[in-house]
Amino acid sequence: MTTFATQFKESAQRMTRDLRHREIIRTALHNYEIVRDQRKTAFQDWPTARQAAAETKWEAINHLDQHLVAFADKLAARGTKVHWASTGAQARDIILGIVRDKQARSIVKSKAMTAEEIHLNEALEHAGFDVVESDLGEFIVQLRREPPYHIVFPAMHLTRGEISELFQRELASAPTDNPEELTMIARRVLRKKYITADIGITGANFGIAETGMISITENEGNARLTAALPKTMITLLGIEKILPRIEDLAMFLPMLAVAGTGQSLTCYNTLYGGPRQPAETDGPEEFHVVLLDNHRTELLADAEQRDALHCIRCGACLNVCPIFRNVGGHTYNTTYSGPIGSVITPHLRGLQDWKHLSAASSLCGACTEACPVKIDLHHHLLQNRRNAAVGKPAFFERLAYRIFGTVANDPTFWSLAKKLAWLTQPLQKLVQGSALDPARAWTQTRDLAPVARESFKDWWRNRP
Amino acid sequence: MTERENILARVREALKVPAPLPGSHDDVQSHSTPPVAGARQWLPKVGDSFEDQLALFAKNALGLKADFQLLNSAEEMRQALIRLRDSGSWKRAACHSGPLTDAICPMLDRPLLRTDRPYDVHALEACDVGISECDALVAQTGSVLVTSRGAGGRALSVLPPHHVVLARREQLVPDLPAAFELLKKKYAGDYPSMISFITGPSRTGDIERILVLGAHGPKQLTVLCF
Amino acid sequence: MTVTLFIPCFVDALFPRAGISMVQILERLGHQVVCPEEIACCGQPPFNSGYWDESRAIAAPVLEKLKDAEAVVIGSGSCGAMVKKFYPELFANTPQAELAKQISDRTWEFSDFLVSKLGVTDLGAHFPAKVTFHDGCHGLRELGVKKPPRALLARVRDLQLVEMAEAETCCGFGGTFAAKFPMISTAMGDVKCASAIETGADYIVSNDSSCLMHLQGLLSRQGKPMKTIHLAEVLAQQ
Repeated sequence: MTTFATQFKESAQRMTRDLRHREIIRTALHNYEIVRDQRKTAFQDWPTARQAAAETKWEAINHLDQHLVAFADKLAARGTKVHWASTGAQARDIILGIVRDKQARSIVKSKAMTAEEIHLNEALEHAGFDVVESDLGEFIVQLRREPPYHIVFPAMHLTRGEISELFQRELASAPTDNPEELTMIARRVLRKKYITADIGITGANFGIAETGMISITENEGNARLTAALPKTMITLLGIEKILPRIEDLAMFLPMLAVAGTGQSLTCYNTLYGGPRQPAETDGPEEFHVVLLDNHRTELLADAEQRDALHCIRCGACLNVCPIFRNVGGHTYNTTYSGPIGSVITPHLRGLQDWKHLSAASSLCGACTEACPVKIDLHHHLLQNRRNAAVGKPAFFERLAYRIFGTVANDPTFWSLAKKLAWLTQPLQKLVQGSALDPARAWTQTRDLAPVARESFKDWWRNRP
Repeated sequence: MTERENILARVREALKVPAPLPGSHDDVQSHSTPPVAGARQWLPKVGDSFEDQLALFAKNALGLKADFQLLNSAEEMRQALIRLRDSGSWKRAACHSGPLTDAICPMLDRPLLRTDRPYDVHALEACDVGISECDALVAQTGSVLVTSRGAGGRALSVLPPHHVVLARREQLVPDLPAAFELLKKKYAGDYPSMISFITGPSRTGDIERILVLGAHGPKQLTVLCF
Repeated sequence: MTVTLFIPCFVDALFPRAGISMVQILERLGHQVVCPEEIACCGQPPFNSGYWDESRAIAAPVLEKLKDAEAVVIGSGSCGAMVKKFYPELFANTPQAELAKQISDRTWEFSDFLVSKLGVTDLGAHFPAKVTFHDGCHGLRELGVKKPPRALLARVRDLQLVEMAEAETCCGFGGTFAAKFPMISTAMGDVKCASAIETGADYIVSNDSSCLMHLQGLLSRQGKPMKTIHLAEVLAQQ
């Protein structure tokens, strides 16, 4: 077992025992479910919308080269500097290069999971630059020096009391339990940052090929400010974010909002097509777009799992996943958690090191049902398991299945096995719970079902 | 080879193997026409008449905690703006030049910062309100569509703590597909650098999922419409 | 009709009453029931763990045995999903690919067979108790079985069905998942049991014995009075 798998199990053990934490998450997600269901019902035809969204993404991804070229060229034609990064390291270097070139003293950032993916903040801080996260949830976890808990709700795991203590400690603010007052504390701090920052870094939810624009979905307005005030704006996005046409957003913006937060639309949905134009009086003088590959072309090459690139990062699969809500987002120890994270992390970071995320699932399929673009998530987990077993079979496990197969296919052996199980049942009871108990993984928390004296096959055989 | 060429080469190589069409693990039928062409049929209903759609916009605005005032004349709009000035104790306002703002903002009798001329961001930060026009009102979602060209730049509609939108009834469009049609017709080939759908005042749920308004953007959004 | 009833390994060894009930119900409806003796397992455990060669070794004889069946009814939702949904994938690009597809078309989960194929909902059953129904994930999401169990329970005399809030949430069994990640499996099971107990029902009913095995294991260990019972057993009571 690798250290990542061991860490996962240790964290899962700890977090499943933390009933207070599980209750916080359960409450948060329950409230989300209520509004999400209301919004879904408001749609005249959510199932057909899902199919159309899935087909649009299929069109985008399966003609990705054409759309990427259109996207990049259209952006460049209207003054944007477009950069291409094959790896996370290249993307960091590109952004560091721009930041150094501008001799930036202060950087403000809006939410970008892709930036988390390439560990951009660490690289910038390491190089001596001051970066502040402007999204409230990201601001909070940045102060706590921990990664975001959830791709849409970064501070979902914290109570107002914990946030208040954090602000008192890090911002020397007055104690308060009131969420509005806490938000205003952050707002005041960040206001100064927007106005003085030299550089604004954003992510993007979509890239529009037809018109050469990026699209940012948010509620707070922090991305709008990040894109309005600093003199230089840098947007980092994965190559898979491309949509063919601007009017595709008529469907994707509401579907992202409904699935992501249970809103009909988030507060600000904004398209940016370049730096400030000659007749415009504000906005960045320079606009850079960094397109990131970082193993996405490898996932693209896996035709069976290519639809994982359709992901619009709504977080719906995290919200419905019973594993996620019981172990929590940090247990995954990856940028992308929940079902989508379990599917793509092996591709982004290595299959053998991260196959345990695909194993840690009951394959219930709630994720696939929830996905607005119909990614076949739980089947991809199964495929990851198969690929991992083919690449590096576990000797004893495979042997066990071979033995089981021989026994199951032979009526005599099968009969014998059942008789043996019935006979040795009392022995198992003697060692139950101890190191000698072969069923310890089960019996730690559950009673074993008794082996029947007369099995079904016995009854069938003995029928008159 | 540049990184662009590297990445595109990998993409083209990867796409040599076809991937199954989506929903092949589901029952819903596939479409042959560009998928989003049917969006209007699947998105929430907007009602058939203009009056229905106007009522829907009003209902959505209420739910979003945006203040939507339907008025009958420019004079009523002026009066409404003055009432807002007084209840908000505005000392300074920011705006841009436009048919509605030109007619009404000077009546505020307050120093006006114009953001469609070179301006100092600190001066905008000191304003109590940003007053702008818009490109459209979207009934389906209760959204205000603004651009950097028609709403005084990028910051006017998001930096001051109160954003007031001056709009005409005719600017109401039924749904998001219609809004994008409008954008394409109006700007194709020469889009403004920023286009934004504003749907209510700024908000966050990041603290225990409790709704707080005015996270970074305006805490108050008022739409005056005649 | 001749119905080939495939009673999978753990139902055979641990929950024979569920299988026996299915035979009784089908025979009472006037059908001939055949239970192939030579096959014991659908091959799901190795399949779920990624060992598809080993899974094929177990599943290939199953395909052979079911080759000439008129209708195949599987005594568990998860094994039903294995045969109906996953055999075509498991045997894709092998000589048995076509056979797997054909058998898939003729395979049914038990309650779905009664309601959708035979058009029967009233089995003359009598079970005076308050019950809540757990939708096993494979039956629910792979096979689309939601209404049939409820349609059948609705016709059981003196039975009161109350839905639990978490009816469609996974119970946490997940096959080898239950042993590989016992802490998560248990947490999920606890959530499920709490939701069931909240309904005040006497029994948790399901069409999947593996889920019931897991839930009953937790309930017994925790000394909770709530019982579990397979749908077929309820329907067989007269």
